[in-house]
Amino acid sequence: MIKLLLSYFIFPGMAFISIAGMFASYLDRKITARIHWRVGPSLKQPYYDIKKLLIKETILPANGPIWLFVSAPLISFLSVALISDIMITSWFNTGSGFIGDTVVIFYLFAIPAVASILGAFASQSPYASLGASREIKLLIAYEVPLFLAMLVPIIKAQSVLFGKIISAQVYNGSFAASASGLLALIVAIFCIQAKMGFTPFDLAEAETELAGGTQAEYSGPLLAVWKLSKMALTVAAPLFLVMLFWGAGGWLIILLKYIVLLIVAVLIKNTNPRVKINQAMKFFLGPVSIAAVVAVLLAWKGY
Amino acid sequence: MSFTVDALTKSLNVFHAACSPCNNCDIEILDALTPRYDLERFGIQLVGSIRHADVLLVTGAVNKKVVHRIKALYEQAPKPIIVIANGSCACSEILFRDSYNTCGPLDKIIPVDLYIPGCPPRPEAIIAGVVKLLNAVRAKDKK
Repeated sequence: MIKLLLSYFIFPGMAFISIAGMFASYLDRKITARIHWRVGPSLKQPYYDIKKLLIKETILPANGPIWLFVSAPLISFLSVALISDIMITSWFNTGSGFIGDTVVIFYLFAIPAVASILGAFASQSPYASLGASREIKLLIAYEVPLFLAMLVPIIKAQSVLFGKIISAQVYNGSFAASASGLLALIVAIFCIQAKMGFTPFDLAEAETELAGGTQAEYSGPLLAVWKLSKMALTVAAPLFLVMLFWGAGGWLIILLKYIVLLIVAVLIKNTNPRVKINQAMKFFLGPVSIAAVVAVLLAWKGY
Repeated sequence: MSFTVDALTKSLNVFHAACSPCNNCDIEILDALTPRYDLERFGIQLVGSIRHADVLLVTGAVNKKVVHRIKALYEQAPKPIIVIANGSCACSEILFRDSYNTCGPLDKIIPVDLYIPGCPPRPEAIIAGVVKLLNAVRAKDKK
C-alpha cells in the first residue's frame, strides 16, 4: 500500500511528472524562442510561473456549479499523474500491469480534455463555452485515428498488456521499424499534437480569438493546476507514443527518443497557423483516419 | 525578499487594454515583445484573458465609451494586479485634456502603479519603466 502511494505521489507519479513537465515546458519555450531568433526564458521560468499563480486571487463563478469548477483541473492533473504512474511502472517491471491497461491509459488520456470541457461549462463564460464546444468536436475527431493507431502495437504484440507491448519491442526491435508501425506512429504524432493543445490544433485554448478559451475564467492556484496538467501531458503523451511504437532501448535511449518527438511537436507547432474546427475535423476524420485504417490492415497482414 | 514579491516580479503576464489609443503605443508594446527586445527572457508574456494577468497595461485617453470597461477590467482582475499607464494619453491626456468625451487621466479612474510618458514611448522606455517598477516593489518589500 505504501509502495503504491509512493509510486503514485512521488515517482513515477505526481511529483515526477510535475518536474518533468516543467522541464518539457522549458524545452518547448526555449526551442520556440530559438526558432524566433530570440534568447528565450530561463530554465526556472515554468517554476516561477506556477509559483506566481499560487499567490494570486482565485475568482469563482457567481452562478455556476463551483464544485465542478474547482474539481475539473484537479481531475485532469490526477489522471495525467495516473497515466505516468501506470506507464512508467510497467516499463520498469513489464509484468506489473493488469489486463487491458493499454486501453485504460488511452481512456485516461481523454480525461484532461473532458475535464476542461466540464470546467469550461461550469465557468459560465461565453468564451469558455465556445472553447468547450471546439474541444468536444476535436476530441471526437482525433480519438478515432488515435485508437486505430494504438491497435497496431496491440496486434503486433498479440496482447493488450502494456508491459507485453514493451517487452515484445525490447526483444524484437521497435514496431516503428515496420511499415505499419511507422504509419501508425505518424498518425499518432498528429493526434497528440491535438491532445497536447499545440498550435495547428490549439483552437480550444485560442488566446487571440477566445481569450484563453476553455480556461478563460480560471485564475490563481486553479489555473496553476491547469498549467501543470498541460505540462504533464506534454511529457506523458509523447512518452506514451515512444513506449508504444518506438520502445526498444534503455532509459537513456527512451529519453532521447522522447526529446526527438517533443522537438518534432514543437517544430510542427511553430511552422503552422491555427486551423479552423471544420478543417481540423476534416483532417482527422479524412486522411489521418484512412492512414490509420491502412496501418491496422498492414499490421493484420503482418507487415 | 518575501515569497509574494519574489514570485510576482519574476513572471509578469500582461493584459493589454487599448482604451481608444491612436495605436502608436500598441505598436511600440508589440515591438517590445518582438525578438529584438525579447521580454520573454524575463518571464513577461502577453495573455488573452484578464483572469490570467498580473499587469493591466492601458494605452490611450480613456473616454466615455470605455470608462466602464476599464473599471470592469480592474475589478475582474485577480489581485495583486499592477496597473501601467502607457503613453502620454493614459498618463495625462495631453492634447485631449479639455475634450468633450474624455474622462480624466487613468489615475482618476483606477489606481495606477507606473506611468510611462511618451508619444509613443520607445520599447527601451517601456522596458526601463518596468525595471524601475520592479526595483521599487523589491525596495518597498525590503523596508
